[in-house]
Amino acid sequence: MSKQSRAATSAQRLSIVEDMTIYHAADQKQILVEALAGCEELELDLSAVSEIDTAGFQLLVLIKREAARLGKRAGIVAHSPAVSEVVDFFNMAAHFGDPMLVPAQEAR
Amino acid sequence: MDEITSVFVTESREQLEAMEAALLQLEDQPTDADILGAVFRAAHTIKGGAGVIECQFLVAFTHVVESALDKLRNGEIAANADLIALLLACSDHMGHLIGVLESGAAAPDDGLRADGDALLARLQRDWLSAEGAQDATPPVAAPDEALESSGGGAVETDCWHISLRFGPDVLKNGMDPLSFLRYLGTLGRIERLETLADAMPPADEMDPEACYLGFEISFASSADKAAIEQVFDFVRDECVLHILPPRSKLADYIQLMMALPEDNMRLGEILVRIGALTQAELDEGLRAQSAGSENAEEDAVPAPLGEILVEQRVVQPELVEAAVVKQKQVTDKKAAEARLIRIQADKLDRLIDLVGELVIAGAGVNLLASRAGHADLTEATSIVSRLVESIRDSALQLRMVQIGETFNRFNRVVRDVSKELGKDIELVISGGETELDKSVVEKIGDPLMHLVRNAIDHGIEAPEVRVERSKPPRGRLELNAYHDSGSIVIEIVDDGGGLNREKIARKAVERGLIQPGHTLSDQEVYALIFEAGFSTVDQVSNLSGRGVGMDVVKRNIQSLRGRVEVDSHEGRGTRFSIRLPLTLAIIDGFLVDAGSAGYVIPLDMVVECMELEAGGGERNYLNLRGEVLPFIRLRELFEIPGEPPRRENVVVVKSAGQKAGIVVDQLLGEFQTVIKPLGHLFRNLRGIGGSTILGSGEVALILDVQALVQIAARDEERSLSYSPGGRSGVAG
Repeated sequence: MSKQSRAATSAQRLSIVEDMTIYHAADQKQILVEALAGCEELELDLSAVSEIDTAGFQLLVLIKREAARLGKRAGIVAHSPAVSEVVDFFNMAAHFGDPMLVPAQEAR
Repeated sequence: MDEITSVFVTESREQLEAMEAALLQLEDQPTDADILGAVFRAAHTIKGGAGVIECQFLVAFTHVVESALDKLRNGEIAANADLIALLLACSDHMGHLIGVLESGAAAPDDGLRADGDALLARLQRDWLSAEGAQDATPPVAAPDEALESSGGGAVETDCWHISLRFGPDVLKNGMDPLSFLRYLGTLGRIERLETLADAMPPADEMDPEACYLGFEISFASSADKAAIEQVFDFVRDECVLHILPPRSKLADYIQLMMALPEDNMRLGEILVRIGALTQAELDEGLRAQSAGSENAEEDAVPAPLGEILVEQRVVQPELVEAAVVKQKQVTDKKAAEARLIRIQADKLDRLIDLVGELVIAGAGVNLLASRAGHADLTEATSIVSRLVESIRDSALQLRMVQIGETFNRFNRVVRDVSKELGKDIELVISGGETELDKSVVEKIGDPLMHLVRNAIDHGIEAPEVRVERSKPPRGRLELNAYHDSGSIVIEIVDDGGGLNREKIARKAVERGLIQPGHTLSDQEVYALIFEAGFSTVDQVSNLSGRGVGMDVVKRNIQSLRGRVEVDSHEGRGTRFSIRLPLTLAIIDGFLVDAGSAGYVIPLDMVVECMELEAGGGERNYLNLRGEVLPFIRLRELFEIPGEPPRRENVVVVKSAGQKAGIVVDQLLGEFQTVIKPLGHLFRNLRGIGGSTILGSGEVALILDVQALVQIAARDEERSLSYSPGGRSGVAG
């Protein structure tokens, strides 16, 4: 489902490889919240997420807010095209403040 | 294909059917507002749904069709045969596009796209552009031209302001706000969009499947308010939607902020950020607001947005009323939908299977109870078996559908084919409410289509020929269905030329199907048309007449345990009757016994039972109240060894209007029969329709009464032809 690798005691990287859609939202919420609870800094690797919908996007908002509330950090270190498209669409890229790789050739 | 798409495909197909039916009605009543409305609604619903599932090619095509329909509805253009034919072609094309979607392809192939473009071009040229319509261009193309001129970002007040708060259940209901917003993007340009997640509770309480998002959108578009509202039609009940037109008053924005759940300051910031207001305007507005707040406290009950808007003279009262009526319609429609449940057919089949097992198990219990001779137990089991019977009937009823829908499809076929052939044909449908098993309905469509096309193509003559033969120029084709002793009969009747007996016989001789000089009854000759590779038409049209078909029709019908018969009068017409069993699963049976084995006769076919008079001799017919009744002995037919009992019984059965007797040893009474099909090995067995399991666990064979009656009738005919005096012997 998702791999966790402990790079350091404080920073933890979490890769989500499944679609971030409503069908997985419940499981993924659990994983995200638990991962955040177990570390100081959560690095999300979403480069393998081929599809994301509003439910998945909400989870990103949630984990960002949760991290801020707990004084921790949660950042997206890698976006898949689908993820960056949705984050852009909802105009939350600035709010999230994660470095996004802008493809050389923009789709639009 | 995901679930939403498959629901969309199913529903759109229904909408298309409705649209087609309404268009056909329109031919007769081109100005009927209800019908026009129905056509428009169907197209509109399809477009809306296509937008939600982001099927661009379907949206783009349907949009133009919808524009034309809108004009039609508003009386700007009048329907005539050309337009209706074009719209019918468009509805077909929409069907193809839905097929593309269903197949999972991303876009229609070039051929289909070219077809679509050609249709759109015709619509544009003949019906839209002539009237100077500008909103007829596809929505994707429209927005780009507008508002680009303002330079340095659109002027703030030139944009619509849309404020959206989605209800928590939107996602669970399979609707993704993202899709709506993307669809909104096709109507214009989303200048700025701000996402508000303030409604989202802390992580512990947050339901990942609920939607907490709200949006403030600055939207540049030349679309009108109704069009923007329509984007959100599907979630209308589940979201709070506020739309402020361009150049709204500052006060409107303030009102909007009051109406929204979030904090005013935060909203104010957002409005400034998306460019709806300037900071100065906001400050001024809030100042005015707080100054007036003391007075406002008293009437703090928030007025509905509609009233506010009317008060502000932003919207005409009629407009609001129209919106309210529309909302109500949407709710009403939802309520009507709620009374229908869509379920997977295999779930239903599973239920029927289980009911079948229940019937068998119940029979076992009954048997044990009657053996035990315990009165209370017998009574209890009889109540149970009555309930089981009701469950069986209701379960089977679930699968029953009316045949009318299938029949109605032929309106279009008859119209199109007769036009193509230059014939004038009226389709008369009766008995559309006759119900039969869904699986049968699905499979009967193709054979019916073939017979109908045949009737139009070969049966009914061209108007000139008809007049020559002193018939009315308008041909008549009837589709009729009715129930008859446990079967459903579907008739296709035409008043055309009828079958040419001589021609068929000649052809049959040519093909070596019959020997020359062989005399056949009319029935037998007509039945030859169902032989493989048989066609008497001299010229092959593109509709039928290729000689493939009738044999396939017959095979299809036989695979449903049915039969097809043809009756014809030269010069007066032809009648095809298809006789099918009502259901394929469970029947009421009549259990009899011959030798040591049980046999089941479908109860619907049993007319009466009587004792066989001793000393009937070797004759296979008896005198039933002055009527000749051929019979067969099960013992002889199945070569059951042993001596027949002293008293034998005759069960008189009737099939397709023909009576026959079946001679058995014993009558055992009614029995609920779960039909278990026989294996492939027994496929060619005549006289056995299936098997069933008795309460005792023994297997009983179900008799194929139709086949038995035929065997009996044929045997009798043969014996009569051998001994010409036979008939008078019986009558006397």
